[in-house]
Amino acid sequence: MKKYMVDGLLIILFILFVIGIFDMPTEASLNAPAYNEVVLHYVNQGAGETNASNLIAGILADYRGFDTLGETIVLFVSVVAVGSVLRTSKHDHEVNENE
Amino acid sequence: MNDIIIKNITRIVIPFAQVYGIFIILNGHISPGGGFAGGAIIGTSLILYTLVFGREKGEKKFSHKMSEIAESGGIMLFISIGILGMITGGYFLTNIEAGFPTGELGSLLSGGFIPLLMIGIGIKVASTMISLFNLLIDEEK
Repeated sequence: MKKYMVDGLLIILFILFVIGIFDMPTEASLNAPAYNEVVLHYVNQGAGETNASNLIAGILADYRGFDTLGETIVLFVSVVAVGSVLRTSKHDHEVNENE
Repeated sequence: MNDIIIKNITRIVIPFAQVYGIFIILNGHISPGGGFAGGAIIGTSLILYTLVFGREKGEKKFSHKMSEIAESGGIMLFISIGILGMITGGYFLTNIEAGFPTGELGSLLSGGFIPLLMIGIGIKVASTMISLFNLLIDEEK
């Protein structure tokens, strides 16, 4: 009984997602929600406000510097996570010998 | 790996790859590229050295201590520039309004703190690649 209810809910969810896909924009359009005044501001004022001739670097490091800080912290956390799992230190050897 | 052809080719290729990576990092605000791409190039050159000449020689070139310094140093450079902008400009990571020298548009010294941030990101990405590689290699011991 429980299994059929879960299956039914998943099928309903699937149908909702498919309806959502059909509502998505299929081609580039001037009326798309992502194409707003921010794009025009970056293109027109970006070189003057950041003084970097590569607009992508200007957006990445200046307008969205906090986002880039988050990206570097993700790299840091990845190294810390892998190191905490895989790194064999002196302490581990001592513990293994005592056991 | 004990192959004389690979060893000699690697000796020739690595300096060019590293200079190209530094070029990509330093020109990140003028031409396509930046800290992530240039750091990846430098990191792969270090990985190539470790693959060809072995873990012991690679440890001499880029030791664990050095990777610790580079890992935290990249982020510390980034955050200290941000805090410097906060002190003089009012907001975290303020660029031109905080009084960083703007320079001439299109020259190497332009864009406020963007080249400094790119150097920090480049150090971080290069040391992340080589430390992850070293950690995965050392696992078997």
